[in-house]
Amino acid sequence: MSASGGRGRLAPYLVGLPGALWLAIFFVVPLLVMFSLSLQSGNAEEGFRFTWEWSNYTDAWERYSTQFIRSIVYAVVVTALCLVLAYPVAYWIAFYGGARKSTYLFLILLPFFVSFVIRTVSWKFILNDQGFVLGPLKEAGLLPQDFHLLATTTAVLGGLTYNYLPFMVLPLYVALERVDPSLVEAAHDLFASRAAAFRRVVFPLSLPGVFAGVLITFVPVASDFVNSGILGGTQTTMIGNVIQTVYLNSNNYPLASAMSFLLMAALLVGIFVYARALGTEQVMEVSQR
Amino acid sequence: MSTVATRQAPPEVAPAPAVPGRRRRWTRLILPVYTWLMIFYFSLPILVMIVFGFNDTQGRLNLRWQGFTLNWYRDLFAIQGLTTALRNSLIIAVIVTIASTVLGTMVGLALGRYRFRGKGAYDLVLFSAISAPELVLGASLLSLFVTAQFVRGFVTIIIAHIAFSLAFVAVTVRARVLGLDPALEEAAQDLGADPWTTFRKITLPLLAPGIVAGGLLAFALSIDDYVVTSFVSGQVETFPLWVYGASRVGIPPQVNVMGTLIFLGGVAIAVGNAVLARRQQR
Repeated sequence: MSASGGRGRLAPYLVGLPGALWLAIFFVVPLLVMFSLSLQSGNAEEGFRFTWEWSNYTDAWERYSTQFIRSIVYAVVVTALCLVLAYPVAYWIAFYGGARKSTYLFLILLPFFVSFVIRTVSWKFILNDQGFVLGPLKEAGLLPQDFHLLATTTAVLGGLTYNYLPFMVLPLYVALERVDPSLVEAAHDLFASRAAAFRRVVFPLSLPGVFAGVLITFVPVASDFVNSGILGGTQTTMIGNVIQTVYLNSNNYPLASAMSFLLMAALLVGIFVYARALGTEQVMEVSQR
Repeated sequence: MSTVATRQAPPEVAPAPAVPGRRRRWTRLILPVYTWLMIFYFSLPILVMIVFGFNDTQGRLNLRWQGFTLNWYRDLFAIQGLTTALRNSLIIAVIVTIASTVLGTMVGLALGRYRFRGKGAYDLVLFSAISAPELVLGASLLSLFVTAQFVRGFVTIIIAHIAFSLAFVAVTVRARVLGLDPALEEAAQDLGADPWTTFRKITLPLLAPGIVAGGLLAFALSIDDYVVTSFVSGQVETFPLWVYGASRVGIPPQVNVMGTLIFLGGVAIAVGNAVLARRQQR
């Protein structure tokens, strides 16, 4: 922290100012504007006026509670799936990856080198009714002709799980990699079975990773609309799809803003409760990374 | 958004078998086989994308394998809307990379180097900008532009992209600043360098890897972004927007080819970077 004396007092403000202004004008102010918009009434043609229109919020809930609840349920299911699928991978790479740890991680991060939309479209390809997977199976009579995966909950959950799995592997790996193998040996020396050593030593030490992984998976999944937009149908619409449509097609900005705020509030409350349940030290540790 | 950089772990010896001897052989294979299956699962859509870029298909129904062709590589730019969208994406990504790298580096320096009033708030805003759902970023920016009656298009896309990538660059550079050895700068000043020379000759070169990493991240985030862009794009189409729109009617094989080329470019940069870093360590 050795600021080069003299002009040092002013330097941080000068260096930090442009970025601070940008973030203030294009991140903080928009959130305030959105909140104000969510309390306005009117329509796109005649303009909107601020009228403390709290009914936008009750309206949003009454009209779209199904999609709200569905998004939260999907996010819970997908986060749980990701955790279960990712943990063994992260565990094996961290403890047995040896000199090739970074190669394995690179392979797991490969999807990030392909656009998010293209990856999802690629799954649409793979799951297509007449595609190269389902097509031959139907022709061979192994599947009924009207069998389909696209536009089902399964397809959307599958797409979400695929797209967010790497976000779960990374924090788990970081936490597991820090676990000192000699602690496991010590547990064995004290006659712990492999299962007991895992349950009593490794898993508790990996909890910060679990915590971080759950957070950075749950929040984007709950607000995702690309997967259900591409792989889903009318029965899988998530709250993100609704918000996008109401903003861009219906131009009902107050209602859409109210929904965005409800979603944000729900996620914030969720994070807070979750953080409380797991203890604040872990939150601090995660946020300092 | 991959914020976690893959640290170069020193080669370690795999821990000795936990319970000596006794384990049956095949159970040792479960985890590695599972991991490789997962790696296959991760790369399956990528393989499909690459392979079907060579598919000799008719029109837009690129579903079943019809035979090998290089036509789509030859006719890469045959679809005008797609070409324009890709060009837009590239122009936007270059501008965003330059602007957010400069701004983000300054923020990273300010936060990593100095203690000042309001630093806590600054940190909090940065952290929120990174962790806020993209949906909320896009929706709130749209609210701003609608309220200010700002015409949506190129400018609004660039503004939005800078807003989120700047935070990622700042965090990446800050990590590098925190790892800097202050003795090196002190030595330069002891040898009579003025602060600006010290910054230019010592600090900046030492920060360079962090700045480059941040810049690459900004480029990747910008060129890949669908969610925020879909809210603020107006009439302008970017590559992800075009592909998303086309996914309803069928994706032409040119998209596979472009995806493949972008993928190979990205992998080449990443591998080159890793090789370079390894060579420098020696």
